[in-house]
This record gives sequence, structure tokens and C-alpha cells, in this order.
Amino acid sequence: MTTILEHGQPIKMPAEAVARAIINQLPLFILDVRNSSDYDNWKIEGIRVESVNIPYFDLLEGVDSALPLLPTDNRRVLVVCAKEGSSQFVAEQLVALGLSNIYFLQGGMKAWSEHLEPVRIGALESGGELYQFVRLGKGCLSYMLISGGEAAVVDPLRMTDVFEEFAKQRGVQIKHTLDTHLHADHISGGRRLAENNGANYWLPSKDAEDVTFHYHPLDEGNQITVGNTRIAIQPIYSPGHTIGSTSIIIDGKYLLSGDILFVESIGRPDLAGNASDWADHLRTTLYDKYRALSDELIVLPAHFGKTTELGEGGKVSARLGDLYATNPGLNMGNEDAFRLAVTTNLPSQPHAYQEIRKVNMGFIQPSAEEQREMEIGPNRCAIHD
Amino acid sequence: MVKQITANQVLDCKGLACPMPIVRTKKAMDALKPGEVIEMQATDKGSLADIQGWAINTGHHYIGTLYEGEILKHFIRKASTDEEKEDHPYARTIDNQSVIGMLEAKAKLLILDVREPVEFAFIHIPGAVSIPLGDLDSRMNELVPDEEIYVICRTGKRSNYACRLLSEKGYRVTNVIPGMSQWNGPTEQTGQYPI
Repeated sequence: MTTILEHGQPIKMPAEAVARAIINQLPLFILDVRNSSDYDNWKIEGIRVESVNIPYFDLLEGVDSALPLLPTDNRRVLVVCAKEGSSQFVAEQLVALGLSNIYFLQGGMKAWSEHLEPVRIGALESGGELYQFVRLGKGCLSYMLISGGEAAVVDPLRMTDVFEEFAKQRGVQIKHTLDTHLHADHISGGRRLAENNGANYWLPSKDAEDVTFHYHPLDEGNQITVGNTRIAIQPIYSPGHTIGSTSIIIDGKYLLSGDILFVESIGRPDLAGNASDWADHLRTTLYDKYRALSDELIVLPAHFGKTTELGEGGKVSARLGDLYATNPGLNMGNEDAFRLAVTTNLPSQPHAYQEIRKVNMGFIQPSAEEQREMEIGPNRCAIHD
Repeated sequence: MVKQITANQVLDCKGLACPMPIVRTKKAMDALKPGEVIEMQATDKGSLADIQGWAINTGHHYIGTLYEGEILKHFIRKASTDEEKEDHPYARTIDNQSVIGMLEAKAKLLILDVREPVEFAFIHIPGAVSIPLGDLDSRMNELVPDEEIYVICRTGKRSNYACRLLSEKGYRVTNVIPGMSQWNGPTEQTGQYPI
């Protein structure tokens, strides 16, 4: 087969390639042609990503006005829009002006929001493995624990096919899906993933009081085992972000902290109810209950906020003892200072968070397209932006 | 009965993905006369924020959007360069606040709104009479000559022109400035046209 490379066409860049560039800290210049309010609200970020915003509708007369803003070095220029069409429209005009190294984002920000990057966290005792799935576009993190031909998925995202494909490639069967709490920033894939694979769906009972479906209570004392090698999933009741928030300790080594503790921040207590009611729970969890755990635990949260939190290979993790030294949320002084910090000047709430909670409780069943629309934007589950 | 509002042109962009709705609107707009209104129909939800952003940056006036099921109907009025010329300002003017004050004091005012019917439908002062500037010559006889008429448009330019026209014919008129673009008094919409 002969491939004829058409001269003068911009190159389609898949979300996966953008993810690799960000994780590997490669330079990338982004021309984002969405309208300015969408850009200001949410954009592609990375340590070596530089971006400018010129809405495509300002370039209808020609793209000449964009030229002075583009890099003069040989960096790749990625044109980005919501779905793809406008970025291709602009990229083609840039190429027509003789520019090279012009790319456009395949599937636009929609595809970017849905891309998951699997990263291996490490081996477990008796042969198991733990993987983290990094949703770079939204800052969400899911986990898959594999042991003895079985798998458990923690905080699975709506893109359940990614987890199914991953399990299939490794020849393991998904036996359990768990949500550490009732999510408000993204639509959980936990229930669907369990239904599709004949697995058990676990949810903290205190977050599940109103739900319309059957679930297994993810409550302290109910230990879950995966595989013949009996990898232990130990739930720890840790309220604060929601009243039911439950962390889990895997293999006595990893602390999956849900939306209670992040690497550079802590969870916000206002998305599921009244911030001031739960501020004290949050403090007790972080300053007493977590404090009593081993400093050597590796914290694996359900979110990250900034790309500076991405470590080697894109993984987001930290030693619990280190976080007590570096995380501002764990160093807030007395109770009044803490209460003030977690109840005032919080970032704006995640897009459509009330509707998302309703979906996760089973009250409404929006179409796939509507679900995608609801999840647009950053997660905003931490008290810091 | 609610009068069916018609734009000067209806542009069908249903089923088209970004950027085509805006590309086609721009093309259609180029062919319109200043002051004319286009109704662009789209199914792409993103077209709402984009048409608003585009209108602001090009100086066209985004009037509003109607939702009919999955269809969004955007109304945009082409920027009018003639209107921007402020030669021959009509002498008798009143500011928005004074008109609001009189309305609050329950004064019975005859307010003549000379904007396009679509603009009027989306937002107007309760009780205002709608006669678009272009129809004023032929419909002038609907107005009472002895009564004081407060003439309003979006920015005070069309109403300035209307005031001069009416005053030449012997009507008693006052131009309301700056007009509906800055109006923060009571408003209403025409029945079937909620924003």
C-alpha cells in the first residue's frame, strides 16, 4: 500500500498524544480557538504548555491576525476547539499561509476531557498490581487493582470501556467496583461497570441514603478481597467532603483518599450540603483519623488540581508523612482558621454539579451526549483552585 | 393575538457543526443591509456562546435566542454605520432615569419604540407602542399629534432620527437617551418570545 502524504495539510493529533506530551514535559504551543469564556473556564495545561486564545469567529476574515502570537521557534502548534471542526478550519488556513508544524486536536476538548492515561503505581504483596488512570483533561483519578485473575476498580469514570479493555488485555475479570463517595464533579461509571461485568458495586451507605439502585455498603468493617491471593481492601470512614466519604487502604500500603486529601490541597465540604456542618468532620478526618495512620502510606487521591502534581510517568501520589509537612490543607493551625479556610473563598463549583449528583444517585438518566456536556470543565473538588 | 415576528432573512444552519453556523451567518450578514435582522437556526448548542462573542467583536447586535425543542433561533441585527453618525442631534432629550421616575410616579406616558419588531419582542417597556423606524413614514397617522411622545430605540440614534422626522410633521416628541441598551426600568416580552 502506498500512502500519499498530501502536501499542505494540518496533522490531526489525538488526545493520547497530547497526554504523552504533557506527561513527558515536551514543549507544546496551543492556539485555542474556542470563545473566551470557555477558554477562561477550562483549558489544556501542562508545565511546558503555552497557550493563547483567539476565538475562531475572530479569524473568519483570515488568520493573519493570529500570526504575531504564534511561536517563532520550531515548537508544535496545536489548534484546539470544542469538538474539532473549528480547529481544523483554522489549522488549514495556517498551513495555507505556509506554516509548518501545525496540528489540530482530534475530537476537540470533548475528546480531551474523556481521555484516560493508565499509569502503573506498583506491585502488591503476593503478585498483584495497582494502576492509576489519569484523566488529564478533568483532573480525575481512578484505580484498578489486579490480583489472581480478578480486578477491582475504585472511583471508575463514565468511560467504562477503557477499564473493560484494560482488564481484557490483562485477562482479568472485574469483580468489584467502588466509589469512595457520591461524586459531584463527574458521572460515576461504577454502577454500569458492575452491571456489565456481573461485579459488585460498593458505595458508602451514608452517601447512598437516597439512591434508587441496589449497592453493597462500603462501610468500615466490611473488608473486600480481590483474587485468590486475598488482597485486602480496608474501608476507613472519613467524612468531610461528603458525609459518607470513605477512604480505603490497599495491602496496608496504599491509602486511596478519595476527595478528602489531595497532593496539594484538601477536599471541599460544600458540594453535597452545608460546608459549615461538615467542616468539623473534615478536620477530624484529616487531623486525627489520618494522623493516626502510618506515615509510610502512599496517598492516592481521586483528583489532582494542577499539572505540577503529576509525577513520574504522570502518576499522582505522595507519602502521607510528606503531605503532613507540605500540604497547606494539613497545616492550617487551630480549628477556627481551618473552618474559615474550608468554608470561605472557595473556588466556583464544578459545572452542573447538582445534576451530576442526581445522575449518580440514579434519579435522572441523561443521554451520553448530555452526560458529556455536564462534565465539561475542571473538577474543582479541592478548596484551592 | 401575537403577531408572528419575522426577520429579514432566515438562515438554516440546523445539523451543522462548528464553525459552519458562524461562517454562514457572517456570509449572509455581509449581504444584508445595515439594520436588517437575521434569524439563524442551529442545533449546535455551542452556537449560542459563539454567536454572542462574534456579535460583540464585530459590532453587530445580538438580540436574543429562542428555544424550540432542539432548535436554537438566534436573532442578530446588522450593525448600522449610518446610525453611528450623530449629526443633527434632535434638541429635546430626556434620560432613561427621568422616564423611569415618571413611570414610577404612575404618569401615563406614550412611549414609541422604533426598533425592529424582533428587538421589541425580546424586550420592551410595558405599554410601549412599536413602530419600526422604516415604517414610521407610512404609519405616522397611528400617533396622536397633540400628545407628548417619548421615542426610544436601542442607543438613541434611530430615535433621534425618528424625532426629527416626527417633529417636522408637527408631532411633539422627546428622544429618550441612551435608550433600551442601558434601560434598567420595568420591561416585558411579547407572549411567545421569552429569552
